[in-house]
Amino acid sequence: MLVDWFTVAAQVVNFVILVWLLKRFLYQPILRAIDAREQRIARSLADAAAKETEAETERDAFRRKNEAFDQQRAALLDRAADEAKAERQRLLDEARQAAEVLRAKQQEALQREQQSLNDEVARRTRAEVFAIARKALNDLSGTSLEAHMSEIFVERLRALDDEARQRFAGTLKTSAHPVRVRSAFELTPEQRDGIQAALNETLAADVQVRFETAPEVIAGIELTTDGQKIAWSIADYLRSLENSVGELLTKRAEPEAKAETPQQSGPAAAPGEAP
Amino acid sequence: MHLSPDEIIFWQYGFFKLNATIVFTWGIMLILAVGATLITRKLSIGLQRARWQNVLEIVVLAVEEQIEDVGLANPRRYLSFLATLVLFLATAALCTIIPGYQPPTGSLSTTVALALCVFVAVPFFGIRERGLGSYLRSYAQPTIIMLPFNIISEISRTLALAVRLFGNMMSGTMIIAILLTITPFIFPIVMMALGLLTGMVQAYIFFILATVYIAAATRVRTAETAMAQNQ
Repeated sequence: MLVDWFTVAAQVVNFVILVWLLKRFLYQPILRAIDAREQRIARSLADAAAKETEAETERDAFRRKNEAFDQQRAALLDRAADEAKAERQRLLDEARQAAEVLRAKQQEALQREQQSLNDEVARRTRAEVFAIARKALNDLSGTSLEAHMSEIFVERLRALDDEARQRFAGTLKTSAHPVRVRSAFELTPEQRDGIQAALNETLAADVQVRFETAPEVIAGIELTTDGQKIAWSIADYLRSLENSVGELLTKRAEPEAKAETPQQSGPAAAPGEAP
Repeated sequence: MHLSPDEIIFWQYGFFKLNATIVFTWGIMLILAVGATLITRKLSIGLQRARWQNVLEIVVLAVEEQIEDVGLANPRRYLSFLATLVLFLATAALCTIIPGYQPPTGSLSTTVALALCVFVAVPFFGIRERGLGSYLRSYAQPTIIMLPFNIISEISRTLALAVRLFGNMMSGTMIIAILLTITPFIFPIVMMALGLLTGMVQAYIFFILATVYIAAATRVRTAETAMAQNQ
């Protein structure tokens, strides 16, 4: 008999015990460990995915911030460049204006200087001319000229019109001083008598006359009382000529200054031009 | 020369006796239980783990995968029973390399006991999955005429399981024993290697047949449910 029934029963019991033992000590712990590991791996994978998502979000945010920063920086740079340009323009304008003002001032000073130089030249020319004239006339004045001059003076006295004559006579009556006759040269007694006679004749009175010699009266004779004067001399002519030349020069200088003023406002058209 | 390890009796008291089959079975149980305890005492759930833990994980997962491949939807429910079958049969076959060892599976008593366990387990799992009525009705499928044939099939396949395993394991030890008496020392080693292969194959066959039987007993339910859902 190959089958021993006691052994069969014992083996069944043994097998059932073995099943329980292995279930208790092998399958359950091993399966738990496997499940735990799988869960752990799944968890770490999920963590990694979450971290990746987070990292991507942060990367996007960072990129956005970076772009915004770049834009801001570019805008700031642009603005700074514009401001610098404007500032440069302003400084240039200021400098140009300052240069223009300076130039204008310089030009004005130069013109003033030129004007004064012109004036000086004119004044000195005038003085020289008259000095030469005076000198020449002084040199020329001689006896014959003096005689001729006293004659002319007498003629003038006689040629006085009635009104002047009356005024002169009036003055003579009220005045305490005698009539002064000044001449550049010593009058001869004949000439003195002639003048005296002409005065007496003209004024119809006996006029007291005091004769004086004054070299500034160039080649001429001058008769003065209080406030009245009758004269004939080259100095007189020269004085009146000097006055008229001086008037002419001042008149000419004024329009020149007026004509040059508009030129001063326009140097911006040619800034490179040296003043 | 013993045909079965049952015949080697160490101690007997009336009906109770302690033969080689029972003693070697205890030895295998001891090895398996102590080994499992030692290995699973400090299990790692991290990525780094001990070699023996790795081996056990591979074995358990391979068995689980096989059960799933056969068609059982929830393999962990059957894992304890089926994996114990594999481990016990494989260990019993492996230990034939130890001199003086008599595989307990070479005894018809052991194989009958295991076949009886399968014989009980199939309706047990079937009823647990489908309920008693549904399971009993499956014997009368597709007609009531098939009932006796189904019952005969149930018994005969159990007998076939027992005899197939016994024949293979017994023949292995027998051949080695006979060869040892007539040939030089080298040749039996080749036969021993062949015996190891046969033992592993038989362990796998026994396991896969038990799984198929259980799957057949439980799967009808899903087919019926599918039909009911279709109607």
